[in-house]
Amino acid sequence: MPVLGADMDEGTLVEWLVKPGDQIHKGDVIAVVDTAKSAIEVESFHTGTVAELITPVGETVPVGTVLATITEAGEEAGGRGAGQLQAGVGRPAVALAGESAAPAGEAAAVEAPKVKRGPVKRPRRERAAGKAALANAGSKPAPVKPAPAKPAPGRARPGRRPVPQITALPIRSTPLVRHEAEQLGVDLATVRGSGRGGTITRADVEHAAGSRRRRVTPLARRLAAELGVDLAAVTGTGPDSAVRADDVRRAATAGAAGAQAGQAAHAAQADRARRAESMRHAIARLMARSKREIPHYYVSNTVDMGAALAWLRERNRSLEVSERLVPAALLLRATALAARQVPELNGYWTEDHFVPGEAVHLGVAISLRGGGLITPAIHHADDLNPVELMGKLRDLVNRARAGRLRSSELTDATITVTNLGDQGVESVTGVIYPPQVALVGFGKIAERPWAVGGLLGVRPVVVTTLAADHRATDGYTGGRFLTVVADLLQRPEEL
Amino acid sequence: MTPEQAHQMITDILREIAPDADPDTIGDDADIRDALELDSLDFLNFVEELSQRSGRRIDEDDYPQLATLASGAKFLAGP
Repeated sequence: MPVLGADMDEGTLVEWLVKPGDQIHKGDVIAVVDTAKSAIEVESFHTGTVAELITPVGETVPVGTVLATITEAGEEAGGRGAGQLQAGVGRPAVALAGESAAPAGEAAAVEAPKVKRGPVKRPRRERAAGKAALANAGSKPAPVKPAPAKPAPGRARPGRRPVPQITALPIRSTPLVRHEAEQLGVDLATVRGSGRGGTITRADVEHAAGSRRRRVTPLARRLAAELGVDLAAVTGTGPDSAVRADDVRRAATAGAAGAQAGQAAHAAQADRARRAESMRHAIARLMARSKREIPHYYVSNTVDMGAALAWLRERNRSLEVSERLVPAALLLRATALAARQVPELNGYWTEDHFVPGEAVHLGVAISLRGGGLITPAIHHADDLNPVELMGKLRDLVNRARAGRLRSSELTDATITVTNLGDQGVESVTGVIYPPQVALVGFGKIAERPWAVGGLLGVRPVVVTTLAADHRATDGYTGGRFLTVVADLLQRPEEL
Repeated sequence: MTPEQAHQMITDILREIAPDADPDTIGDDADIRDALELDSLDFLNFVEELSQRSGRRIDEDDYPQLATLASGAKFLAGP
């Protein structure tokens, strides 16, 4: 489980987009993971072949957990700049959360560099879900964090789980039942269905099959009792269709998945509230860390936007709505160029020194409907013209709100911009996103009295601010940055 | 297009753009952007969609007329 932002410490695997044997390349989207903030498309950091998918869908695991193993194709896949890492490389597939921690050797080596706050400790207990929790549900106190509500219900009452996937279907029988009938030599045409709408259930088939007892191994029987699996609903794969322990385990997993799907709609609302709350927590942790660790300094400047707005207006006049630029595109462009010109503010503070960013990956604070915010990055923003930036911004906002961001977008930002001008505030003095060292703020573009060359006029102006990490730079550097931004905005045609 | 149809079109689009907010709850003369907390990109999406569905060119100079439901409906229904 990769760290998708400094404020994440666990994630839920929502979907696998690859299967064992698939060839993948670095950057391919291989899975979808749900975090406190959003569903995120996880990209592979490696090129190779998928060997095994280890974390099952629906599982919530701490960061650092091995999600899958990938057999590499020669090429060395080094660590990432920001110290974010990914599921493991060709190693024993053992580090499933909930079991003993990763085998000392390679696994640890791959997981270690990313987070200081021991990712494996706490969550391991609360999410032993698939296994231990099944056995002694109810005996455990509620987890500290809002529980991953999904897998819970149904599990609390061992031995009484109904078999919804069979009786709930409005067809006459199900593939499972047909299979069963075939196994037992029962002609379905002769069976009267007792299920809803006359559906033939497994019980009907078994009833029709007469007194033929199912063969169940002792271990399977014990497991079934422990896991709360209805043996009648288990398909045996042993000799003579005997039910074996593995069959029970599979049924337990499938049952949990079925129950989960059934609740999905119902849970959506609770899910939203839960997400809002956990996002609040994530933001709280990260911002508290920022203020605790980073000695911020602040500088600000008021910039005449007359030239920029006039240029935009002229440009937009001849264009279709979809091609028009908003002022934010120019502000982002100016920021990206300034970050390139003042590289001391573009990068990370790690292990007591500044590491310059490999490029300008511009983080953009996007407020989410329903509360909270997320700050995905526009990669190589300094290489994009305002039109391209505008396109990226629209795409990013749409995907952030739809919950379809990519992992690299959440981990790569080298400097972040917050633009609260749309909310009507005059200026915003931000809190830096660790481990970045600077945050640029733009307020509302508003008309103000403005003196130029001894004359007073009315001009549209914007207050630009910079919050920067004093460990990495001094106020002089910050001032230089804002001056560059202001100068660039006076020559919009060159942006 | 009648003012009623225009009104309907505007609220339909707003509902798509800001699914969490209900445009029916804001007054006809309330500022749409403020009431629904639309940012400049949301507003651009709104204008784009409006232009497409109504088949009408909407310039930046027209934006002020889209400030409220009442003025927007009047603008779209107008000549």
